Amino acid sequence: MAEILELSQAVAELVHDGDSVALEGFTHLIPFAAGHELLRQGRRDLELIRMTPDLLYDQMIGMGAARRLVFSYGGNPGVGSLHRFRDAIENGWPHAIEIEEHSHAGMANRYAAGAADLPFAVLRGYAGTDLAARTAVRFIECPFTGERLAAVAALRPDVAIVHAQEADREGNVSLWGIPGVQKEAILASRRSLVTVERIVDRIEPRPGALTVPGWAIDVVAAAPGGSQPSYSQGVTERDNDFYRRWDEISRDRERFAEWMEENVIASVGAR
Amino acid sequence: MSPSAASTDEIQTIVAARFLADTRTVFIGVGRPSTAAILARMVHNPSLVLIYESGTIGAKPFHIPLSIGDGELAETADAVVSVPEMFNYWIGPGRVDVAFLGAAQVDRYANLNSTVIGDYEHPKTRLPGAGGAPEIASNCGEVIVVAAHNRRTLVEKLDFVTTVGHGDGPGSREALGLRGRGPTAVITDLGVLEPDPQTKQLRLTQLHEGVSAEQVREATGWDLAVADEPRITQAPSDQELEALRELLAR
Repeated sequence: MAEILELSQAVAELVHDGDSVALEGFTHLIPFAAGHELLRQGRRDLELIRMTPDLLYDQMIGMGAARRLVFSYGGNPGVGSLHRFRDAIENGWPHAIEIEEHSHAGMANRYAAGAADLPFAVLRGYAGTDLAARTAVRFIECPFTGERLAAVAALRPDVAIVHAQEADREGNVSLWGIPGVQKEAILASRRSLVTVERIVDRIEPRPGALTVPGWAIDVVAAAPGGSQPSYSQGVTERDNDFYRRWDEISRDRERFAEWMEENVIASVGAR
Repeated sequence: MSPSAASTDEIQTIVAARFLADTRTVFIGVGRPSTAAILARMVHNPSLVLIYESGTIGAKPFHIPLSIGDGELAETADAVVSVPEMFNYWIGPGRVDVAFLGAAQVDRYANLNSTVIGDYEHPKTRLPGAGGAPEIASNCGEVIVVAAHNRRTLVEKLDFVTTVGHGDGPGSREALGLRGRGPTAVITDLGVLEPDPQTKQLRLTQLHEGVSAEQVREATGWDLAVADEPRITQAPSDQELEALRELLAR
């Protein structure tokens, strides 16, 4: 059964400088509160893994917490660029970062292989693209049919952090709505933290909900509203206005730094 | 009272929606492709199945979503699946008929770049990257690209091949083992380009009203071939225009 801790204690115990960390959530259930706690605790030199870096990794990259980024789509969905991500890659600000990029299919399969504790996954992909030469993909022959297929290495992050709607006091977690790669990230990682909107005595069965047993999770922490400005289906709504405003906040280095100081570093529990 | 004349953006969206009139399932990228697909459901094809890479299959959004994972998509979907399932069980096996994609750069074989402008190691502009596009474009039945028509977008040579269209010409897709038919149309704000069946190179086959072939060639980064008699886009109907404007105002 998972240990239930305060968020600050959970982050302090599970995440160390230099770790590879996957804070997942595909548009939905992005663990902003936990990511912000990582920044407040001054974690550095991280390998940040995420299919869609989104605003959270834009913030973490801009604050200098990342050594390396592994991803498949680094945009502000429907709005445009992630300016801190771009500034790091184009201009090395606040410092240069290494990148490893994939397609979504490649990343999803890497997580699935990690969850299955297999060394790699196979898929039909990458053929003919310039991506193939720039990333960790190999082409192999199917031993049964001879078809040429892409192989991608399993992802095995040191720590997975995801958000969900509910946990019970045993740390069993229930999430619903878009499941992304939440389960795969938890099972692929050496350690895992799930932040939740609420801790309840008993999880009510819910059609379509995904349950992750508490014994497969290390730590659960309550973080109400902890996925905002993304959302937790049925509890909070995606703050699309904030996603639009981020374009302007993040465009300028100083404005970004001021905003982070005021709203994240000096403001426990705020967005 | 008739609606006021359509803008070029509106015409592009309306034309894109018409391409989905008889489609069963469409995979949708964010932005204009999404607007066009929702419009198609409103005007031409109410049973059109909208599929977003967030795992929402059969979404019926009332509003145009900002992201591909807005709550309304999951709430209205027939099924909501994980990302590995989306790519391995639905996209990979070619279960989706049409992919509607955008791109920062398109070349004459409808290969797409959404990764970098400039050199990869030292990019002038770092773009978001591949997302789902490479496997969506290789495995969906066909691909329709929605793009802006100018020389920065329609280029002689891509800075980076993120997504293969027709590769370097006839036989390319087959040699790479790509199972879908690949791009069948590029819909722009000036007209429609379709691959020549023999050469697989895009050529101008349709002009929006009031646009000349010379104007389109001028706005294209390569020496664009023109079909013998390009079709002229049928003017938007009042119903199409009113539906699009109502959708955008929601």
